Amino acid sequence: MLQQLEQIQKQASEELEKINDPKELQLWKVRYLGRKSKLTRVLRSLATLPLEERRKVGVRGNEVKNILESSLAEREKILEEARIASSLKYKKLDVTLPGQPLSVGRLHPVTQTLEEICDIFKRMGFQVVEGPDVEWDYYNFEALNIPQEHPARDMFATLWVDAEVGGGKARLLRTHTSPVQIRLMEEKRPPIRVVVPGRCYRYEATDATHESMFYQVEGLAIDKNITMADLKGTLFEFCRCVFGEERKVRFRCDYFPFVEPGAEVAIECLACHGAGCRICGYTGWVEILGAGMVHPDVLRRGGIDPQAYSGFAFGMGVERMPMLRYGIDDIRLFYANDLRFLKQF
Amino acid sequence: MKVSLKWLSEYVDIKLTPQELADRLTMAGIEVQGVQTVGGWENVVVGEVLAVTPHPDAERLKLATVNLSSQQLTVVCAAPNIAVGQRVPFARVGAQLIDGHTGEMLTLKPAKIRGILSEGMVCSEKELGISDSHEGIMVLPSEAPIGIPLGEYLGDTIFDLDVTPNRPDCLCLIGIAREVAALTGEEVHLPEVDYQEEEQSIDSLISVDITAPELCPRYCASLVTGITISSSPVWLQQRLRSYGMRPINNVVDITNYVTLEYGQPLHAFDYHKLKGHKIIVRRAKNGEVMTTLDEVERTLDENVLVIADEEKPVAIAGIMGGWESEVTDETTAILLESANFDQATIRRGARHFQLLSEASLRFEKGLSRELPLVALKRATRLFHELAHGKVAKGVVDVYPGKLEPEGILISAEEVKRLSGLDVNIDEIVKVLTSLGFECRQTSVPSQALIFSPYWRSDINCAADLVEEAVRIIGYDKIPATRLSASLPEQEVAPRLELREKIRGIMVGLGFQEVLTYSLTSLEKLRKLSIELEPGALKVANPMTKEQEYLRPNLRAGLLAALATNQKVESGSIRLFEIGKVFLPQPVIATPSSPSLRGAQATKQSPRAENELPWEKEMLCALLSGPKASLSWRGEKGEFDFFDAKGVAENLLQGLRIAAEFKPGSDQNLSPAESAEIISEGDRIGVLGVLHPKMAQAFELDGVVCLIEIDMEKLLSKPIGQREYTPIHRFPGVSRDIALIVDEGTSYQQVESIIRSFPLVTEVTLFDLYTGEQIPQGKKSFAIRVVYQSPDRTLTDDEVNQVQQNMLDKLNQELGSILRS
Ligand SMILES: [Zn+2]
Repeated sequence: MLQQLEQIQKQASEELEKINDPKELQLWKVRYLGRKSKLTRVLRSLATLPLEERRKVGVRGNEVKNILESSLAEREKILEEARIASSLKYKKLDVTLPGQPLSVGRLHPVTQTLEEICDIFKRMGFQVVEGPDVEWDYYNFEALNIPQEHPARDMFATLWVDAEVGGGKARLLRTHTSPVQIRLMEEKRPPIRVVVPGRCYRYEATDATHESMFYQVEGLAIDKNITMADLKGTLFEFCRCVFGEERKVRFRCDYFPFVEPGAEVAIECLACHGAGCRICGYTGWVEILGAGMVHPDVLRRGGIDPQAYSGFAFGMGVERMPMLRYGIDDIRLFYANDLRFLKQF
Repeated sequence: MKVSLKWLSEYVDIKLTPQELADRLTMAGIEVQGVQTVGGWENVVVGEVLAVTPHPDAERLKLATVNLSSQQLTVVCAAPNIAVGQRVPFARVGAQLIDGHTGEMLTLKPAKIRGILSEGMVCSEKELGISDSHEGIMVLPSEAPIGIPLGEYLGDTIFDLDVTPNRPDCLCLIGIAREVAALTGEEVHLPEVDYQEEEQSIDSLISVDITAPELCPRYCASLVTGITISSSPVWLQQRLRSYGMRPINNVVDITNYVTLEYGQPLHAFDYHKLKGHKIIVRRAKNGEVMTTLDEVERTLDENVLVIADEEKPVAIAGIMGGWESEVTDETTAILLESANFDQATIRRGARHFQLLSEASLRFEKGLSRELPLVALKRATRLFHELAHGKVAKGVVDVYPGKLEPEGILISAEEVKRLSGLDVNIDEIVKVLTSLGFECRQTSVPSQALIFSPYWRSDINCAADLVEEAVRIIGYDKIPATRLSASLPEQEVAPRLELREKIRGIMVGLGFQEVLTYSLTSLEKLRKLSIELEPGALKVANPMTKEQEYLRPNLRAGLLAALATNQKVESGSIRLFEIGKVFLPQPVIATPSSPSLRGAQATKQSPRAENELPWEKEMLCALLSGPKASLSWRGEKGEFDFFDAKGVAENLLQGLRIAAEFKPGSDQNLSPAESAEIISEGDRIGVLGVLHPKMAQAFELDGVVCLIEIDMEKLLSKPIGQREYTPIHRFPGVSRDIALIVDEGTSYQQVESIIRSFPLVTEVTLFDLYTGEQIPQGKKSFAIRVVYQSPDRTLTDDEVNQVQQNMLDKLNQELGSILRS
């Protein structure tokens, strides 16, 4: 028996050294370590041997089994390393070949800007709401202190759906997002803190700086004790987020019929840094938005007591921001929808 | 509005530099849009023409001897208007001048002209760069000091001001002077307004009657006789020119001058042409006709206010004078009108007649009712002084619309409440006083009662006074604080969330977002064969035909955008837009979400027969060109129906909306290749290949696929709702089957039968085949079915049993055969 074991070990070891193929290795394993292998058979027959021999053969048998198993593991390791080494050899790629092209989609630059603006105000506790593009004269003008034949109507060349009639009853394409102010006040009670993005329209011949359609973001905050200082702080914070810490910001008196006191925010020209150039009309400043404290008559029309509450409102053009930032000199590019333009954002 | 600082400084001392002053005005609400410096003429001085003699050798040339104080020079001159005694700009050798013919800058050199040495020249306005006038030499006012540099005498800084519509009082020099005075702590110097009167009283010479006092709150007039119409003094002409006004004659020039000074429009009638020596301010009669100054015959109606004599209208009040009563060279007596008219009437009239005159633009902004008399006196003085007129005693002043001044209370607390600026009442009173407000003390120490100066028509409430105080103190003094008020209740915004989610998915699927106009053309809508109802939503005053109709869908705009891009891009193009379309309100109420409630009729608003359109949000996407960009390992082939369907499926899966697809019949899509997207029995969209006719109409190349989804319908679905099922612990068994079915059998029929069996968890079609080995009129589906149980490992027998039942049912219901 012991002799048989020696023979098994010798034969198995010799065969194993010649194996270079994982499949053969499996066959070898079945042959020498499998359930029907000679070694298994020897070990199974132990019970029939006399006690003395059984112990000797048993010890030796297990030794042989362990040796074969560790030899197998070693051989497997060698074969695996050889396989990895050989697989590396021929897979040398031309890494300069172009990668698989995948289609990349992008949001329109105006959408991106709207998201950026709204996100900044959301962080300051403003909620985003919207209003209709087709409005009543009442909401667009009358309720905002711009009755018919008011000279301020000249500031808003209007596209009318109905012919202009008195009483605020004609429909029009809103000329600004401010009508949403009244709609909100009619529906909500203070505290109100919202931003309103949306499309606006003007009866205007288009050129590099004028479009008949454009986007605005309106802001409105109403509560007890809201002051112009809060307005200034909120808008300066906004400008800091968009244009950076270093950019100079100017807060000056301006007129809009639905706010009092009124204000305008301008930033130092991005192109000339305040020295004066064509973009800023040689003033060194570019207007970013109009703002002010909600006019007491407007609050009253919205059903809010101007003695008890105060609030601020602002409105900004959206296209202006990417135009300033990227030096885009023609607003019409935004709605020409040329992919060669859109893909750059 | 342009303002000459030189002229302005006659009314207020200016100690700031022009740039400092510009900054102060801008911060305080009057934006200085431009600062232009006039001057810089080196080697040009004021000269006096001593003698003019003919050139010995040239008929058209003259020799002018000019006194420059320190010396006299004789130069050759061709100007027809040169005359002895004139003060003229004289350029010495070395001066930089503009060539009157070529427009180029050149340096003056000594020249021999027809044998005579000329060392210098008398200049035209064009040569000095002052204007384009080159007909003759520039003639300076007679008081111009001889010998001083021209820059010292004529140099100026011109501000270009943007005066907001609420401040008509600032549309004149005195108005700006008042602002400057308040901002810099100076006094305003008002011009002289007194003059010598004749014996005869004006009342015996003219009568004025206002029959429409609601449209004419005040009418003032003076009468000046013995006038000789001539040109006005040079200094006055120059001032008008610097404002871009053409000098006409002394009468017109004086009225314009006073308008620039005070902001009050004035009108001069030829007194002798006023029938009955009467002025009646009345509404026109319907159909009444008059010829205006511009020689156009105009038909009037009762909404037009006219100035009439005994017989007929002689002017459209505040807009334009009449042809017949116009001042001419023969005029010797004028009736000078200075009145106040209803602003809305003027604005409507000026737009109706398309006569936006200097006068109407001022009246329509609402002028002070106290201004007419002041301006009238100033102009009358100038007529006396400059035109040597004789002024009748007294003035006409009919004033039916006199307003009692009303005081407004202001307090330091209110200034603080609105502006956030801590100022005491003394400071507020000081600032308001500097602006001309009258401030009275009240019983409350921190409060004052404020009366506006006559020229301010824009102050109506305490907030207006807060602005006045703060803008003079300075907006830069307002602190910048953070909102400290409590946050409002947070509201859910499903529409915004859905939109953002869809945008994210579409961009992820490789689509570029575009934004197209809300307005479209009839032509484009016709291309889409859209039947326009008589009440189709359109703009009453479109700017162009291209933008006339409110879009009823996104297709037109998007297809046009695709056409634009196909011209420059040969690769694949994927575009999408999410936007509003405009439709008449449906009869049955449609679900509206809070953010769009405006589009639905709401309660308080003052509406009549009309209602606002339904603003419905849609998604539209287009695919065109090759499936993939050109690449060495690129996928070949063009986009087709199933690419579009894949997009729709991916989108809806992303939103977790279950949907099925049925053959569609959209008229813009190819009949064989279009589908409706159905979710819970509701048609939520369409997709398909664009009808070749549409492609042709929009000049599109190749196959174009379109996907359109109704966002309102999506909003009514429970978006993102999901049910959690635990992950299966037991392995699934997958089996592939190949079924031969009739060509007419839809895949959906097959799949729904397979899915009706228990244990089936996944069904995937992985091949569709027709051709060899498949009988005519049949097709083969290769389908992988996964069987799985939540509570045990399935045995082969179990799976075989289910599959056999399945195949039997498929055979019974669809006649399908298992392909061997
Ligand atoms: Zn600049």
